[in-house]
Parts: sequence; C-alpha cells; structure tokens
Amino acid sequence: MSEILRAFLLGGCICIVGQVLIDFTKITPARIMVLFVVTGVVLGIFGLYQPLIDWGGAGATVPLLGFGNVLAKGVIKEVDEAGLLGIFTGGVKAAAAGITAAITFGYIMAIISKPKIKS
Amino acid sequence: MKKQISKHEYQKLVEEKAPGSHFIKNLFAAFITGGAICAVGQIVMLIFENFGADKELSASATSIIMIFIGAFLTGINIYDEIGKFGGAGASVPITGFSNSIVSPAMEFKKEGHVMGVGAKMFLIAGPVLVYGIFASVIAGLFYFIWKQVM
Amino acid sequence: MAKRLGSQTIVLDKQPVILSGAGIVGKKEGDGPLARYFDDVVDDEYAGEKTFEAAESRLLRDTYIKALEKSGKSSTDINIILSGDLLNQCTAASYAFRDVDTPYLGLFGACSTMSESLAIASMLIDGGSVDYAVCAASSHFCSAERQFRFPLEYGSQRTPTAQWTVTGAGAIILGKEGQGPRITCITPGKIIDEGIKDSNNMGAAMSPAAHDTIRSHLIDTGRNLDDFDMILTGDLGRFGSTMLRELLNRSNIDLKDKHKDCGMLIFDLEKQGVDCGGSGCGCSAVVLSTYILNLFMQGTIKRLLFVATGALLSPTRIQQGETIPGIAHAVLIEA
Repeated sequence: MSEILRAFLLGGCICIVGQVLIDFTKITPARIMVLFVVTGVVLGIFGLYQPLIDWGGAGATVPLLGFGNVLAKGVIKEVDEAGLLGIFTGGVKAAAAGITAAITFGYIMAIISKPKIKS
Repeated sequence: MKKQISKHEYQKLVEEKAPGSHFIKNLFAAFITGGAICAVGQIVMLIFENFGADKELSASATSIIMIFIGAFLTGINIYDEIGKFGGAGASVPITGFSNSIVSPAMEFKKEGHVMGVGAKMFLIAGPVLVYGIFASVIAGLFYFIWKQVM
Repeated sequence: MAKRLGSQTIVLDKQPVILSGAGIVGKKEGDGPLARYFDDVVDDEYAGEKTFEAAESRLLRDTYIKALEKSGKSSTDINIILSGDLLNQCTAASYAFRDVDTPYLGLFGACSTMSESLAIASMLIDGGSVDYAVCAASSHFCSAERQFRFPLEYGSQRTPTAQWTVTGAGAIILGKEGQGPRITCITPGKIIDEGIKDSNNMGAAMSPAAHDTIRSHLIDTGRNLDDFDMILTGDLGRFGSTMLRELLNRSNIDLKDKHKDCGMLIFDLEKQGVDCGGSGCGCSAVVLSTYILNLFMQGTIKRLLFVATGALLSPTRIQQGETIPGIAHAVLIEA
C-alpha cells in the first residue's frame, strides 16, 4: 500500500512541476513534454534519477522524465557492451517497447474509433 | 489619425487585465490526476512483480500497459476530458504521450492511412522522440568519452 | 450613387434591404441562451457527412436554402453569393455552393467575414449591378480545432482567455427592395496589429481593430453613441470586450450599456465552459441572422452598428513568431 501511495505522491509532484511551467511561463504542453524527456535523459546519464525510482516506483517511471531516463540508461548499457556503436543503438533499443506500443495501439485506435465533440 | 495608445502600452494593458488561470485549482488537479495515473502504474507494476517478473521487465511491461490505457481512453473519447481537468497531470505521464500519438492518428484518418494516420501520428509526439533520442546520443557520446578518459 | 463620408465611411444611396436571415447551429449552441431563435439545431457534429469539413459545408448550404425560403425569392433571383469561412482556401463556402447555379465570390475576413460580405453586397446593390445577393458565413468547432489547434481527442487545457469556435452558419438575403431593416452606411476597417502573439487571446488581438473602426465611423458620420440602440461586435468575447471598452474610454467614447458581443450572447459563459465566449465566422453570422433580425422585427432596436471582428492569423505565421493582425468592418443597419 505504501508503495502505491509513494507513487501517487511522487507522480503528482512531478506533474505539479509541469503545471507550474504551463501556467507561469506559457510554455506549450508539447514543449513541456520535450523538456521533460530531455531532462530525464540528463538526470539519467548522471544517475540522478535512480533514487527517485527507488523511492517512488511508478511515480518516477510513468512520467515522461522516466522515459528520458530509460533512454539514458539504455545508452549507458549499450556503450558499456558495444562501445561507440552503442551511442546510436542504446536509446531506441531501451525505448523500443514504449515506441512500438504507442504506434501499435495508436494505429488500432485510429481504425476503430473516431473523434467526437464534447459539450 | 493620432494613435491613442502605443503597441507596448497595449500589450502591457492586456497582460495586466487578462484573467489569470485558476492557479491553485490547476496545481491541485495536476497533482491528483498525475498522482492517480502513477498510482495505477504502480499497481500494474506490483501485479507484474507478483507474477515473478524482475524490476526492469515489469517496468517496461508497465509502460506498455500504461500506453495502452492512454490509447484506450483516447479511443473512447475520454482522455481529452482528463486532460482538460488535469492539465500537466494528464500530459506528463506516459499515458499523455500515448494520447498525443493516438489523438492525431484518429483525427487525420479522414486524410487517408498513409498521409493521414501515418504521417500525422507523430504531429505532437514527434518532437519528444526527436529530442529524446538526440539527447540520448549526446549523452551516450559524453559517456563514451568519459569512459575513455577515466 | 453612394458617397464617401470622411476618410473611410461610405453612405449608401439605395439602402439595400435585409429580406431574411437564417441560422443553423450545432448542439452546444442549441443548448445556449439563443436556442429559440435558431432555424435548426444539428445535434450530430458530422451533420450526416463523413468529415467535419463536409459537415460545415452542409450547414452553410442548408442555411442558405433556409434563408432563401424565408425571403420568398428563388435561387434564380439571386445574382451573387458572397461567402466565406475559416478553413484553408475558404473551402467550406466553395464546397457548400459548388452545386448552386449562382455566381459566387469567396471572401476571407476571418471572423469578420459576415460584415465584409454585407458591406460588399451592399455596395454592389447600391451600384445597381446586383439586385439580390446572399451574404453568408460559417464555422465549425471541429474543423477549426484541427486546423488551428489540436486534434479533438488531445488532452489539453484551455487558457482563461480562450474562446470556443461556434459550430454554425448564418445567411442573409439582401435585396434592392422589399420589407425589412436597411443597410445605410458602411465603414470598412483597417488592419490593426498591436502586437498580440497569443493565439489563445484573439479577443485582445481584435479589440484594437474594433476600436479603430467604431471610432472612425463616429468621426466620419459625426454621430455619438446615443444615436445607436446597439453596438454589436462579432466575437471579441468577454476579455476582448473589456479591452474594447478600455480603448474607447481612452478615446473619450463611453459605450455605456450599448455594447453587445455575439460571442457572449450565443453561449452562457458561466455554465457552458467556453471561457471568454464564442468565436468564428459563424458566431456573428448566426447571431445577426437570427436573434438580432428578430429584435428588428420586434421593433426593439432601430439602429445598430454591426462590427464583426476578425483575427487574420494562420498557424504558420504564429509558429514563425508573428503577431496577430486584427480587422473589423462596420455595417450600419437601420429599421
């Protein structure tokens, strides 16, 4: 139970940071997403994101920062194993599940449903 | 005709008079929404761990499930409502990444499968991948050089 | 012949008559305060068509047919159609009228299209080259969202100054003679850009143009606000209206209680979640063609200055960091 609560707290706090950026700086949500992923990569490469994951679990891995961290960790692992080539293969290899899932489900949903207006 | 107000003055006036966003409400909504999505993620992760998956495997499996949930809620026309309420709480989690891919795919289906769904799918999420992956290459290069030096 | 008054106002000699008007809207508009004035409310956002673009054309064409029906004229009486919309290359209008056997001039004035079409049609009729004209404009929330903002299902938050694009079309049949309110005077507006960049704050981008046109009209005609029953702006919305009042105050023009805005009339701002109100070509077109014409028929108003405002932006120019030029054309309608 405490793990779920910690995920809730950490995830909520990370999203608050995003909301503060939207409301105060007028940065568009699309830019926030970019900012979060790149920040995740930077934190990940210095190993600064792992403590958050250890504490908050999905609260750290589900936000886009976690996606950035996955890219960083992937590239570290591949550079360790394959050297220079790993720079090019590491990131996408680690993120493959996410990207492929998004494309697959995106395509399926596009086929079976259509956009609606809300009133 | 003489101008009553300069451009600069007008812009200042607009900024001063513009209604502010409901800041406290927005923060609260972002916290609740983002927190709830992550809590669901944690539950999914715990289920995978319960079935004996290791931490790394259950983390990627959780990502896939969360992306599916985001896609599904988008497909049944609900995620935009969550986004309207939760703001960053809905766009920062990976479900929001999924929403940003599924929503243009649905929207542009009418323009065909290739130039519509295919070409527009990454209309919003494209930059995330471009800069995310590019950042990982820079990070990898940095790490590679650091390894040689140390 | 018409004559020019002051620097930009044109006084019409023949004073074209508004024979009829019609307005058809979507569900949200049909749930709003003006519901009982609309000719039809279409609940399905696709209006029975396959795409939102086709739905918009459908609304526009049905509205044209309705207005024609109410005027007692037949399509062969009409010499010209003047219409426009918000979509790229004005396709809602051109596809709406492609099967109509009448000469057509496509207009783009963004949300000011309705007053632009009325102004041009009035001059054509005044000049004697046209007997009957159709003035129409449309917008559709869904087709506008996908062109100017995000996909419908994308979960984004609306900013407090945002406005809601009206789904609807309005059409007016203008004739050289007949019964109805008359268009007596027009003031085409100048493009005014006061450097607003936020495309979610179009009210603020357009109010300087509305201010300029209203002020020019008053100076040219020598009238003051007491001479009007109503100043009706197009879609400034709540915030744009505040800014207009502010700007006019600085020019020593007090709007008092004369000002109404179509964007604030068409929705219940407190209950319908539209933030600052309605917008889009269809907004002013529908409100003028239904509710306002009804007020004329009731005799509630006798002289109205219709000032539809437009934000002449494109997503491309905004992404390139450009500011938003605004425009407003004034049309004086008298009973």
